[in-house]
Amino acid sequence: MLLILQGDAELWAIVLLSLRVSLMAVLISAVIGMPLGAALAVSRFPGRRGVIVLVNALMGLPPVVVGLLVYLMLSRSGPLGVLQLLYTPTAMIIAQVVLVTPIVAALTRQVIEMLAEEYSEQLRSLGVSRLASVPTLLWDARLALVTALLAGFGRAIAEVGAVIIVGGNINHVTRVMTTTIALETSRGNLALALALGAILIGIAVAVNALVSAVSLRAEHEGLTHA
Amino acid sequence: MVGIRIRTLLMALGLMAGGAQAEEAYIVLQSTTSTQNSGLLDHILPGFEAETGIDVRVVAVGTGQAIRNARNGDGDVLLVHAREAEEKFVADGWGVERFDVMYNDFVLVGPKSDPAKVGGGTDIVAALKAIAQATAPFVSRGDDSGTHKAELRQWKEADIDVAAASGGWYRETGSGMGATLNVASGMEAYVLTDRATWIAFGNKGNLEILVEGDPRLFNQYGVILVNPEKHPGVRAAAGQRFIDWLLGEVGQGAIASFRLDGQQLFFPNAR
Repeated sequence: MLLILQGDAELWAIVLLSLRVSLMAVLISAVIGMPLGAALAVSRFPGRRGVIVLVNALMGLPPVVVGLLVYLMLSRSGPLGVLQLLYTPTAMIIAQVVLVTPIVAALTRQVIEMLAEEYSEQLRSLGVSRLASVPTLLWDARLALVTALLAGFGRAIAEVGAVIIVGGNINHVTRVMTTTIALETSRGNLALALALGAILIGIAVAVNALVSAVSLRAEHEGLTHA
Repeated sequence: MVGIRIRTLLMALGLMAGGAQAEEAYIVLQSTTSTQNSGLLDHILPGFEAETGIDVRVVAVGTGQAIRNARNGDGDVLLVHAREAEEKFVADGWGVERFDVMYNDFVLVGPKSDPAKVGGGTDIVAALKAIAQATAPFVSRGDDSGTHKAELRQWKEADIDVAAASGGWYRETGSGMGATLNVASGMEAYVLTDRATWIAFGNKGNLEILVEGDPRLFNQYGVILVNPEKHPGVRAAAGQRFIDWLLGEVGQGAIASFRLDGQQLFFPNAR
């Protein structure tokens, strides 16, 4: 614990990088995953069930496999090697986007599908095509979708398998909370690793509490306006 | 006409490369867990960084993985400890030249209860034979690292087929030195480790050094510049500067001055 207090500035930099990487990954995943999930919820095409099963299954992508795939893409010998992104925070964001997008898409699909059924009469009477109703449905479901984002954030902030491969756990560059914990564990500093784990859990709780407070307030305002 | 165009293009590329080099004053060092976990790199690198302004970004993995990463061009300098693999790396053209940097040694660590009765010995091969005889639990890195290669050499010399015992008394973790030491500590097993990681390790539990001082446990580290002819993206100038520094008086002195618990963990031996 003493070490944590002593290494204050360093620890804060690591915490901030963790948040930066994971929040950015969730943001990008939301931009990709939400429209995708909503489109999947309202559209009807052959093989749709299969796509839904696949997206749901991808929620369980093993981080270490994603890390390896992203490494192979970004390595100097890989197809995107010229971009020199390996061992940068950007590489870590890319890997986490791959992990989080299916979670956001699958949960969005579920929420929107239920909502679309509820609204189907109304939307049909207004003559809105299925896909055109996507933005409306997303907006109406925004509070429920926060949970989808939080699930994605939980996955991103907690995983170590992908970021340690594509980030390299480089001090002051790509070292985040989970890779620091892995490093301290391998140094046999179990008490320090555990204390860092407690901080990580604290961050997750803080982010969730913040989001929950904001959405509660939004819900409240929505009710008073209506 | 075409000649001029190509020359202009090359000049533009050269300018871009030069610009990129000035901007990116850093190198990626592919190294082993022992140099990082022991704290050696944290001790010596600030000196180089202050002197040159070149930031050294360390990726600490097992020697096998470090070499594979460097082969892929994902690193500028390689600092590892598996001489044969290093020489092959250079012979295959992936590296420019290999230099000795420093050495330390491996030690056999095991439970204080010492079921195979090997404590106090200096003959690693005899100790391994006794462990196999007693079928006492032994934890191996199993990850193609420098330490793993060194361990397998000793088993070979002891004429023991560990593959046959895998999953029984012989356990392969497939992990780094620290993770493997945690396993050994948890199950009170024997394990071969480099001395530096062992001394710096914080979770020794019931383990202690049982066999040391065998010349066969010598552990040499080498440094290699990744070949820019194979990977044009290699920051060769900065990488060479780091190697020169490491092999020079200042770098060697920094290695010698690194101490933990009053012990010197690495012994510089660049020629």
